Amino acid sequence: MNYLHEDRVKKRMASRLIKNKLLKSFFLGATLLSLVVLAILMYRMISQGHAYLNWDFLTNFSSRFPQNAGIKAALIGSLWLLAVVAPVSLLFGVGAAVYLEEYAKKSKLTTFIQMNISNLAGVPSIVFGLLGLTIFVRMLSLGKSVLAAGFTMSLLILPVIIVASQEAIRAVPKDLREASYGMGATKWQTIVKIVLPSAIPGILTGGILALSRAIGETAPLVVLGIPVIIHFLPEGLLSEFTALPMQIFDWAKRPQEEFQYVAAAGILVLMIVLVIMNSVAIIIRNKFSKRY
Amino acid sequence: MVGKPGHDKLNVQDLIEQSKNKGAKKFIEKLMPKLLFITALVSVLATVGIVFTLIFETVEFFRRVPFIDYIFGTEWMPFSGTNPTYGILPLIVGTLKVTAIAMAVAVPLGLAAAIYLSEYASESVRKVIKPILEVLAGVPTIVYGFFALTFVTPLLQEIIPGLKIFNALSPGIVVGIMILPTIASLSEDAMSSVPKSMREGALALGSTKLEVALKIVVPAALSGILASAVLGISRAIGETMIVSLAGGATPKFDGQVTDSIQTMTAYIVQVSTGDAGYGTTIYYSIYAVGFTLFIFTLLMNLIAGFISKRFREEY
Repeated sequence: MNYLHEDRVKKRMASRLIKNKLLKSFFLGATLLSLVVLAILMYRMISQGHAYLNWDFLTNFSSRFPQNAGIKAALIGSLWLLAVVAPVSLLFGVGAAVYLEEYAKKSKLTTFIQMNISNLAGVPSIVFGLLGLTIFVRMLSLGKSVLAAGFTMSLLILPVIIVASQEAIRAVPKDLREASYGMGATKWQTIVKIVLPSAIPGILTGGILALSRAIGETAPLVVLGIPVIIHFLPEGLLSEFTALPMQIFDWAKRPQEEFQYVAAAGILVLMIVLVIMNSVAIIIRNKFSKRY
Repeated sequence: MVGKPGHDKLNVQDLIEQSKNKGAKKFIEKLMPKLLFITALVSVLATVGIVFTLIFETVEFFRRVPFIDYIFGTEWMPFSGTNPTYGILPLIVGTLKVTAIAMAVAVPLGLAAAIYLSEYASESVRKVIKPILEVLAGVPTIVYGFFALTFVTPLLQEIIPGLKIFNALSPGIVVGIMILPTIASLSEDAMSSVPKSMREGALALGSTKLEVALKIVVPAALSGILASAVLGISRAIGETMIVSLAGGATPKFDGQVTDSIQTMTAYIVQVSTGDAGYGTTIYYSIYAVGFTLFIFTLLMNLIAGFISKRFREEY
């Protein structure tokens, strides 16, 4: 009996190998495409924006005239926004993660909360803007303030922070907790002195990545009605402000060609802020991450 | 304390008893779980807030515009002074055009990249490419929108002569590029979890790497791949800044991709940046559109969750 038709196998071998080669290069091409797109994107932004990116650009307010337009109000406004979003989202995000990982019993309520978090992560950002407009801007009459935008953005990134913190807390080995209980520590003492310190690098890495999403997000701010032509810096949490992506959006929409370059310069500033934040996250990850 | 002379009668048992009786500590132990539970409830409150906000304002909208006119209407002209019409279909069609183009770009390319990373690439190549994909996923959408408007559209206009400045094609392609990293990395995760023994079995029978990838790994990881594609659809539907910058503001009920369109998200942005006052029908219409958008994405997320749960193959 003949199990293998050797001649037939040989005949098809060449075409099978060629197909393998061809598609391998297609797969490689598809992978490299993202690299190419990223390169083109960065090149475009730098070549368009570099001429406008100077000290005046950083220290001027926005203007009707492209050569005078600056990003000061937006840059400082984004930092104010960060000052609200960071504490609020980390407090509630890490708190929820500690509850779900350390205290919550396996109950229907816990499953519901967990399911709700993953569904919340899939809600489009613009819908969070509608929520913020009704609840924070109108019902709580916070107006188009740093606080209203900060709360909206905090809710937007809350699911990301919860999930990242949960993973970080879950990665803390059980031995550490049990050793702590064995020494007579209470549950809360164990959480504060053992679990959180070992989970903090993971929490911070995930947290900073989530915060950089909040810095770059535009849609909720548009819906809240955050103004773009602002010639003062925020004086407190309740003052009006503008933010980097809003300012870029405004410039990008203007018909004059020069404003395209101004927008590109604004994008460069935004990208630099994001690169700084991501570098901090990477440094934290590399420096403090312990392997158990 | 224990070691000091004169205190050697004090043992650990006593210390534990002592600490148990401290009132403040007991109080904290009881209080903290409750406080933390409240923080966990915030995410639930956010969902409740979203649903109620959308429902209340949408109900107000339907007091002014008949429900049937809204879901079956093929004309969306809220800004018309004499006879404003609110038929959602043109906005849905605009959204679906962009989504379809985005998926046509993102699914084949994302899947190809995932196959390369999981089946062909060496560990060192993967270590370089994966962070780049992460960076690409972290680029703010406003940057992609600007890129679509100032680079992709002019480039496409060279190839397609009749292309308008605002069209469905350019934002569709760029939305596809935006969700490509998500699809690639989720699919790659699914493929990487296919056990090695299955690949080795096929290789031992004389398969080429391509045959292993397409006939063994992809079918085995299909649930994860499908789920990643559905999540991609959900993100494309909800994408806002790219379509508002490069898509235009002309809601149309047709199949053209070279003309100006408007998506649901872009309409919300248009109204928000305009000067429609609080309490007008136009003001309430953004909640109705937002609600429609919310239902679309919720459905997609539920389907994705269902696929990855129901069709997961356990090895």
